[in-house]
Amino acid sequence: MGDGIGIQLAFFAFSALTVGSALLAATARKIVHSAFSLLATFFGVAGIYGVLGSDFMAVTQVVVYVGGILVLLVFGVLLTDRVPDEFQMKKPRNYVPAVIASGLTFVCLAWAITGTEWTRLPHMLKEVGEATPTTAAIGKSLLTDYLLPFEFASILLLVVLVGAARVARGGTR
Amino acid sequence: MSLNDLFGQIPGWGEYVPSFVQMLIIAFVPALLVVLAVLTPVGIMGVYAERRWSAFMQDRLGPNRVGLPIWFDGWQRDYTGKPWYIKLWGLGQGIADGVKLLGKEDFVPPGGDAFLFLSAPLVVFAGALGIFAALPMSDGLIAADVNVGVFYILAVGAVEIIGVLMAGWASNNKWSLLGAMREVAQVVAYEIPMAMTALCPVILVGSLQMTEIIAFQQGGLNMWGIDVVGPELAQWGLGWNLWRAFPVNVVAMVIFYICVLANLKRAPFDLPEAESELVSGFLTEYSGMRWSLFFLAEYGAMFALSGITATLFLGGWGSGPVFGALSLVPVETIDLGVGMLKWTTVAGIAEFSWKTVLLMLLMINIRWTLPRLRIDQVMSLCYKYFVPFAMGCILLNGLAAVMGS
Repeated sequence: MGDGIGIQLAFFAFSALTVGSALLAATARKIVHSAFSLLATFFGVAGIYGVLGSDFMAVTQVVVYVGGILVLLVFGVLLTDRVPDEFQMKKPRNYVPAVIASGLTFVCLAWAITGTEWTRLPHMLKEVGEATPTTAAIGKSLLTDYLLPFEFASILLLVVLVGAARVARGGTR
Repeated sequence: MSLNDLFGQIPGWGEYVPSFVQMLIIAFVPALLVVLAVLTPVGIMGVYAERRWSAFMQDRLGPNRVGLPIWFDGWQRDYTGKPWYIKLWGLGQGIADGVKLLGKEDFVPPGGDAFLFLSAPLVVFAGALGIFAALPMSDGLIAADVNVGVFYILAVGAVEIIGVLMAGWASNNKWSLLGAMREVAQVVAYEIPMAMTALCPVILVGSLQMTEIIAFQQGGLNMWGIDVVGPELAQWGLGWNLWRAFPVNVVAMVIFYICVLANLKRAPFDLPEAESELVSGFLTEYSGMRWSLFFLAEYGAMFALSGITATLFLGGWGSGPVFGALSLVPVETIDLGVGMLKWTTVAGIAEFSWKTVLLMLLMINIRWTLPRLRIDQVMSLCYKYFVPFAMGCILLNGLAAVMGS
């Protein structure tokens, strides 16, 4: 494998970071700790994207999840009136549906992962960790092949923006 | 590579440890060098420049004049005698403050969240350090010339927001929390026009990579489809993105620079700290070295973002009057004994330095000149003026790119 070993170890390090901080987020006793430990989770995922040679996705992951979703999440936690600071699950409710839902998700993911012939994907034929510029290709396919979904997403976001402004202003004006 | 191959590596773990250590050294030594060689001196000199300039503007003696006192003639009586001291032009105040900061207690407020409180300065510092990774300081002097450089710079700014939120929450102090919330509202808002105006040079260049942006500005200037300046004059600074699509990018640069000011929470955008309203905002409960870590991060980010502004709009290290003049020197390389130093690297450092330092001094001057804005003024400036103007800049730059090529 030669030079691939460093990449593999980086992959394992980022995976450990992702899984460990995700476990912390699920089990932390303070809800604020859960929210902040997601910072490490999102960075771990971005690191995995980077290891796989997908630079644009890695940075997008940080922009969208750390800069947007995590800030929103932490804000929600901080602004919610009277969050029980030390909340603990007394007894698990909805036990059966939760197991079914997470089991189905796991089966789907495992099926997709084991069913894919990784070695035949075009970008896996190259040397591991060799970065190829992906930005231009992503931009081109967004504005040609996937123009309609792209525009739909824009319209959806615009509607959400207008709706948020309407809700935030309040009243029945 | 299948999962089996991946896990097949684990039994021979021992033989990979040396290469892992090697990888760590390869990754971390340059990062540490960047910290030691650039960020720390920049932070110290930035603080000195800021304090001396402000003292000069406000007629304060301390940070402007203090040296190292040796002996006061009348110190036993009333301290009114003539002091004998080594002249340090205000550096004495900085040394005294440094010693004072080292001696302060590393205090965690009761009721605060100790872990988050102690780690928040590190997160903020990491955010500032992250910018340096993609900052092109000269020919070959860039830690990671990634394909998505500009996008990466905009992304690492998000880390700092999280750190400030951590600090504000963990302090268990209403001023801290209010300061952190103001910070988030302001920085999230100003990231929009900042990203939009950063896109303007990117549209013209056609790449997010820092070295590409610099190389493009070394080329000839084509203004709205007419070739104005050839490449031989462009290295004197006439090929800067500032002059391209002419009046448009001047507006874009001004907007970008003001957004940088807002992202750094410097006056007139210092609402998150606002001494007269919030004591010190999210910094209220911090003391000693953790407090100074926030400041080191702030001055480091000031320097780095000034450098990014210079790279995006003012040619970076690659073109400008100093670079043009130094290029006339008939030297190709300098033999340092351990290796060869390219002359363009030397010229690039000089060119990069004057622009970055000038932009940084402008930030300091703005801070001590303008009063603080109100929150509604901050928000309306961003959403009602900067966002539409930035959108216009993007459209016109797109037009210029089409006409130019």
